Amino acid sequence: MKKSLLFPDFTVIRDPDKCIQCEVCVRQCAFDAHSFDKAANKVETDASKCVSCLRCATMCPTGALTVSEYQQNIRKNKNWTDKQIKELYKQAETGGILLTGMGTDKDYKIIWDHILLDAAQVTNPSIDPLREPMELRTYLGSKPDKIQLKIKNEKLKIEKPLSTFYSPLTKLPPQLKLETPILFSAMSYGAISLNTMRALARASDECGIFYNTGEGGLPKELYKYGKNTIVQVASGRFGVDPDYLDVAAAVEIKVGQGAKPGIGGHLPGEKVTDEISQTRMIPTGTDALSPAPHHDIYSIEDLSQLIYSIKEATEYKKPISVKVAAVHNIAAIASGIVRAGADIVAIDGLRGGTGAAPTRIRDNVGIPIELAIAAVDSRLRGEGIRNRASIIAAGGFRNSADVVKAIALGADAVYIGTAALVAMGCHLCQKCYTGKCNWGIATQDPYLVKRLNPEIASRRLVNLIKAWSHEIKEIMGGMGINAVESLRGNRLRLRGFDLHENELKILDIKPAGESM
Amino acid sequence: MGCSIAGIIDEKGNRFSGEKIICAIKKMYLRANGLGGGFAGYGIYPGNKDDFCFHIIYNDEPVQKNTENYLKHDFEIVKGEPIPTRTVKSIVNRPLLWRYFLHVKDEIKKQFYEMTEEDIVMRSVMKINGAQTGAYVISSGKNMGIFKGVGYAADIGEFYKLEEYSGYCWLAHDRFPTNTPGWWGGAHPFGLLNFSIVHNGEISSYGINKRYLEEFGYQLTLHTDSEAILYLFDLLLRKHKLPMSLAHKILCPPLWSEIEKMPADEKKFYETLRIIYGSALINGPSAIIVSDGKRMFGFTDRIKLRPLVAARNGSKFYLASEECAIQEVCPLKKGDVFFPKVGEPAIGSLG
Repeated sequence: MKKSLLFPDFTVIRDPDKCIQCEVCVRQCAFDAHSFDKAANKVETDASKCVSCLRCATMCPTGALTVSEYQQNIRKNKNWTDKQIKELYKQAETGGILLTGMGTDKDYKIIWDHILLDAAQVTNPSIDPLREPMELRTYLGSKPDKIQLKIKNEKLKIEKPLSTFYSPLTKLPPQLKLETPILFSAMSYGAISLNTMRALARASDECGIFYNTGEGGLPKELYKYGKNTIVQVASGRFGVDPDYLDVAAAVEIKVGQGAKPGIGGHLPGEKVTDEISQTRMIPTGTDALSPAPHHDIYSIEDLSQLIYSIKEATEYKKPISVKVAAVHNIAAIASGIVRAGADIVAIDGLRGGTGAAPTRIRDNVGIPIELAIAAVDSRLRGEGIRNRASIIAAGGFRNSADVVKAIALGADAVYIGTAALVAMGCHLCQKCYTGKCNWGIATQDPYLVKRLNPEIASRRLVNLIKAWSHEIKEIMGGMGINAVESLRGNRLRLRGFDLHENELKILDIKPAGESM
Repeated sequence: MGCSIAGIIDEKGNRFSGEKIICAIKKMYLRANGLGGGFAGYGIYPGNKDDFCFHIIYNDEPVQKNTENYLKHDFEIVKGEPIPTRTVKSIVNRPLLWRYFLHVKDEIKKQFYEMTEEDIVMRSVMKINGAQTGAYVISSGKNMGIFKGVGYAADIGEFYKLEEYSGYCWLAHDRFPTNTPGWWGGAHPFGLLNFSIVHNGEISSYGINKRYLEEFGYQLTLHTDSEAILYLFDLLLRKHKLPMSLAHKILCPPLWSEIEKMPADEKKFYETLRIIYGSALINGPSAIIVSDGKRMFGFTDRIKLRPLVAARNGSKFYLASEECAIQEVCPLKKGDVFFPKVGEPAIGSLG
């Protein structure tokens, strides 16, 4: 075998004074970076196998392990970086497409960090959320333009209840009620473990929000969380049957995702265990292929048919969402989706995560979610159809300030995926596609899966959602706003800092320093 | 914004001189800074009560000429004249102030057959104000008019000789602008068709209120957040045909925690209102008086961050930022005065 020219990504340093040869690291590493050398009677490390998930360093009882960047000094070159060179070696040695996991790590400008929030001073008192009510409740779904009333009694005495004088003739389309404007993004069984799904489902139930099954079907034991579940219908149609649609709170048609717009999915046969086979409704051990397009959607009218087929199947009792990647023409596409009958449009930006995607696609296709939210919200308002559908933004939301900015730009709520995984223990090593997740999240290996305790993971998710909600309330209170509907689309409370004029124009926000 | 607001309505429709409202607003001069004051009077043009009356401020003559040509295209001008004023030392840099009594031309009604007369008037007002050429229609209702400018309200009242008018309902505002410039068009009241409002406060939700209104064809051009409240009332009452009391519940809805405790029917009603009209919620400190010529309606924001006092005496109903303003014009007895609670409007109605 020819020697590989690839050099390692990481260096692992083992402190010989601290290491007690207990072999915890050997057992923890599914990538086999650590091994016990019987002849030498000591633990050895092959750093070339290390993915820097930090599982070993975290679990090491004596703190003997340190993982750092590869220390060998390759001649610095801004154009031909280590990463570029390694990828060339890899492709020269394998002839394959480069694969990766999670959202892009490329050094694109993060627009969130160039948007500043407003606060009230003097003329407008800020509100203390610890003393005053602060409302985050959000309803997702289509809203009528106006309410129509049946007047039962003309003369209104204000002390009497309104419903004794008027009754609404307008019937509200189905809505998803969220106690805070955050949902867990689509992650499918197969890509993530059952324990991870259990944690997401339990946390959603406790927080009054929703999680999304992704396209891998819904394990029967999670049916009890149906009222907090959004089920996906994707191009592979895995796991879709009447029970699946019935049990869910909403159905999402997945057209695309931010990490791999225009690309299908491929779950290798070796990952299709008995459980996954049952849930996805495909034979054990066969590859689960999600075609790039839906083979029954070749244009917008086909999408409309699918939306209405699902509405018929669910008796118009559930909102139907359509998820697309933020691509260049996203505003027009979103408008088409709304006119095709969707109740929710979910838009996944450039930074959206994934369990597996071709690196080139993940790193180069799509547009930032910030610009997509602004473009879509403006377009729908311009057409007078913004009320007909809610917007869920997705793709790399890192913290509560990002959420506040997204809502002020015009999103109704946000999907978080990566942030939720990190809360459960993910260290962003980007190796989800290997199925060897040492944290028990993106794996089906029974030995690894049991590392994630769903009770603990769910508690961590609940904490995260609570913490973010507190922070959102704090920020809103500072702005003198006590209901999230007054923040939504309120771009006057945002200012751009160090943004190009064209970016300001698309975001439709003023530059910092310019007053009302 | 600091600001003071006041309003008086005679519920029997008896007309009274503008002097009373000037006295009331004058008493609260400490709340203002001389950068804007104004009045709305209802019932002041009985001789032309069926004509739309436009009060327009012009920057200069050429703008006036262009605007009048535009008006002639859509309307028959029954009468056009300068609004009478007198010299008041403190009132300077005044624009040209004109009023017109108008009928919508039949041919225009035919051309815009899908629109009501009011819609046509609103379209014209939005066109003139939106063009930003230096002509601003500051009121456009029937048998009513708005008189405003840069100065203390009491001086503005004197300037416009309001004591010579008599009406059955008056609103007044004295301004302490902080966020937006003090200019003639930006003084309160704001008016569209028969609606007029005066507002003490600042709207934290203005950004979304504005974008929501733009979806329905309103153009917000007066560089002040208060304008949004006016159009929200026009939208809800005139276009969506909702009663005033319901519009109030949309602009200042009860908290979700209060809605949760309501009986099932009532809960569903309020939930539906908030879901449909979330973008119309007025957030931020506010005390507001609005009139449509039939009622005078006062209310505060959801957590009452601005003051509002009400009183009823004889056939007259009063609203003001402070009790002293009402005391100034009406000998109040114990029990006449009350403080509207959060979420409860104070209403005076004609007839």
